[in-house]
Amino acid sequence: MRLSSKHLTLLILAAIVLVAPLGFPSNFYYRIGSLIFVNGLAVTGLVILIGFAGQISLGHAGFAGIGAYACALAPQYLGLHPALAMLLGTALSAAIAWLIGRPILRLQGYYLAVATLGFGILVTMVLANEAPITGGPDGHDVPELGLRKLLETIGIDLSNAQFWYAFTGLFLLAGAWLALNLHDSPSGRALRALHDSEIAARTVGVDVARYKLSAFVLSAVYASLSGSLLALMNKFITPDAAGFLHSIELVTMTVLGGASSVPGAVAGAALLTLLPQVLTALQDYEHMILGLIMMLVMIFMPAGLVPSLSRLLRGRT
Amino acid sequence: MTELLQFVLSGVTVGAVYALVALGFTIIYNASNVVNFAQGEFVMLGGMVTFFAWQAGLPLPLAAALAILAAAAVGVALNKLAVERARGAPVVSLIIITIGASIFLRGGAQLVFDKQLHRFPAISGDEPINIGGATILPQGLWVIAGAALVFALLYVFFTRTLTGKAILATANNRVAARLVGINTDHMMTLSFALSAAIGALAGVLMTPITLTSYDLGVAYALKGFAAAMLGGMGVPAGALAGGLLLGLIEALTAGYISSVYKDAVAFIVILAVLFAMPQGLFGRKSTDRV
Amino acid sequence: MSFALRTAAVALLLGTAAPALAEIKIGATVSETGPASSLGDPEAKTLRMLVEEINAAGGVLGEKIKLIAYDDAGDPNKARTFATRLIEDDEVVAIVGGSTTGTTMSIMKVVAEAEIPFISLAGAIEIVDPVQTWTFKTPHTDRMACAKIFENMKTSGITRIGMISGSDGFGSSMHKQCLQIIGDYGIEVLVDETYGPTDADMTPQLTNIRGKEGVQAILNAGFGQGPAIVTRNYGQLGIKTPLYQSHGVASKAFIELAGPASNGVKLPGTAILVANLLKQDDPQYGVVNAYKKAYEDKNGSPASTFGGYAHDGLRLLVDAIGRAGKAEPKAIRDAIEQTKGYVGVTGIVNMSPTDHLGLDLTAFRMLEIKDGNWALAQ
Repeated sequence: MRLSSKHLTLLILAAIVLVAPLGFPSNFYYRIGSLIFVNGLAVTGLVILIGFAGQISLGHAGFAGIGAYACALAPQYLGLHPALAMLLGTALSAAIAWLIGRPILRLQGYYLAVATLGFGILVTMVLANEAPITGGPDGHDVPELGLRKLLETIGIDLSNAQFWYAFTGLFLLAGAWLALNLHDSPSGRALRALHDSEIAARTVGVDVARYKLSAFVLSAVYASLSGSLLALMNKFITPDAAGFLHSIELVTMTVLGGASSVPGAVAGAALLTLLPQVLTALQDYEHMILGLIMMLVMIFMPAGLVPSLSRLLRGRT
Repeated sequence: MTELLQFVLSGVTVGAVYALVALGFTIIYNASNVVNFAQGEFVMLGGMVTFFAWQAGLPLPLAAALAILAAAAVGVALNKLAVERARGAPVVSLIIITIGASIFLRGGAQLVFDKQLHRFPAISGDEPINIGGATILPQGLWVIAGAALVFALLYVFFTRTLTGKAILATANNRVAARLVGINTDHMMTLSFALSAAIGALAGVLMTPITLTSYDLGVAYALKGFAAAMLGGMGVPAGALAGGLLLGLIEALTAGYISSVYKDAVAFIVILAVLFAMPQGLFGRKSTDRV
Repeated sequence: MSFALRTAAVALLLGTAAPALAEIKIGATVSETGPASSLGDPEAKTLRMLVEEINAAGGVLGEKIKLIAYDDAGDPNKARTFATRLIEDDEVVAIVGGSTTGTTMSIMKVVAEAEIPFISLAGAIEIVDPVQTWTFKTPHTDRMACAKIFENMKTSGITRIGMISGSDGFGSSMHKQCLQIIGDYGIEVLVDETYGPTDADMTPQLTNIRGKEGVQAILNAGFGQGPAIVTRNYGQLGIKTPLYQSHGVASKAFIELAGPASNGVKLPGTAILVANLLKQDDPQYGVVNAYKKAYEDKNGSPASTFGGYAHDGLRLLVDAIGRAGKAEPKAIRDAIEQTKGYVGVTGIVNMSPTDHLGLDLTAFRMLEIKDGNWALAQ
């Protein structure tokens, strides 16, 4: 049996998730790993939106904020279990994305960028200003998911950091699997057609508005889940999770890794999550180096790290 | 009544700052279709370089001129070293390049200067001017005059001069522009220098009112970008109107509705305008190339 | 790809965290950059300076201190990651830091799990109430700042005020805590306004406060550029009712930034702002002036209240390590809790199992700006 590139990608991803811990000297590395997975999940969603459908969003952290605060607030006010709260957040994000997606996605390019940016800022402001409910800028506690204890009773004993590494790793793999399947499906081809030219896609009979909206809703679901996971993992959340800077960070990860590539999403998330940790040794220059890397990658690999590098490798062999 | 007048004066002052930043966005966009997210750092450089040059003993006007020149040089470097080299890259890659430049410049400013807040004296002192019971600072008038002057010059530049039209042609179709003998590289360099100089001028004029620090760029880039989009990207009149409108909405909301949600109201208005007019208030209809 | 990156990172991280013997490792994560950098920057500078000082004087328990400091940029998620790194990877015995309430809350969860003592540099009362076994803090709570201000208002016969607060963590936390106790002083808030942390103009909000019948004073809760712009706008509008600022106005730079309108502004400040006015027999005289001089000589910028928090945090910790007789987390925690009569820059600290702050209202001095300088208010 020959492996398709889709299965190969998934296999490599799964192997990395499984094998990497062998080299982990402490729980800190599990923490970094799970942060990469959480970011990678949101970025995979953006690959669908930016890379497949060609639509930009500078406000996707807003959906992460909704997912995160659902896990913080629904258990307290509705008495929901955190796992159900996560589902509620996902449903809420999807509904909001569906509602605002219709008018917003009629906009193009930078106009779409500023509209999504506005959405993200509105979410942040509500979270920060409705302090009596959300706790305001100082943040809100998030209850324990409880799954680790459950695993313990059936004999799987993981440290907190190990549990989150495994749990978020599973989510990332599932997310990547879904995105890769979408890429090769008829819907995926329709999305990529409208990425290249909306007018051309429309002439060959693609329902442009519907496909754009589906991509927007799907990417919102990814972002929301990523926010929920972050909240549950940290057991604490602040409005920063929905903030403009987080949105920019997610887009940067997407584009650096390679906007049209699912493994690129993981690479981009890994790069930007690891950099601040690696650069602590050069603390004063951290921001300059980060900015420089962003510029250099985009100048020399405009398609992003993974697509450019794999093209380079294929060219050699 | 006095209240309304005070809100309007406040809104116009702040709006003129936004308009100046938005005008800076306009020029680079007109030459290259790139929205330069590092525009806020030019504003920061304007304020910070002026302060430190003045602190080092230069007279204030000279310090300000130095700051504007320095920002223009940074603008040219940004074009030559980064944007020009990434020609043909997808728009979203160009966004990341300018965001990277913004992070780089901020990191540099934090090293070269410091992380304190700074201010230098206003041009015509701090004695408020009374207008019908409401007050405005003389520096506020300078900011408004600066925005008006820059707008007028840009308007003339883009509609009456050959160089200005050449910049527009460069953005519209680089190959065609080159075919009719326009040095498109020069046009790009010129537009980055101009845009950076305008950003720095905004920083110089507003610092006596708003104070300056190494990290104020992001906030003003955000507001300036929003203002430019509200008015319609690439149109000087749109940048001016968008800036003033944004400032007025913020001030009137803070005055009459709620200071908690003044930024929210501003963005809701932007969203509403864009839904009704997807190219902004003054934007040109563009046709897609297939 | 990502595997190669990760292995590279692992190698790099390992390289930087090489173990050194006979060193007591203390961790710090503060907001050196980002929106709270006016808090975190002086804190980080203070910590680095003090560690040099302490080591030059022979260290503690005969060993040198090694400070491992990270910049969390005010992001609670990053703060949690750095706290994890400090504990798991750098293997520190204690942590000082958490410039904002948000970052502190994040770090608290990590130290509670790992059982490492943590001294926070943030204001909210929730950090020490209810008392958490492993968390202490050096700044007075925002509630105490409110109490000090309201006491002063009460003696001046002020019962109705207008309030204007920053919408960032500092401003909204102080706003909340002021409203919780304001009733106890018989004072009510007639107008309640806010402004964004990067706003350029607050005249609309102040116009509303000015226009409200019966407002006898204005209280501004905020830090950074906000208080300076509020004060300038207050002058621009020619408002005559007294203006109270908070402890977020933390250094002499404020007077210069706010200009002549700052004359007459009252605020609860720490001794560091009035170091030159302290009497020789004031218990804090020595420590405050020594710190102020050392900081200003080294950094060339005015010493601030926030740097003072970091000073007390590290000194308290080193003092506790000395008394514990060993650099072991549990012993250090117990020793911090037994701190009695420690004289710091912020105040005199008496910890107990039910009080992980140990400051009272005497730590605050009501200050007034007169002729462009600080003076003790009556």
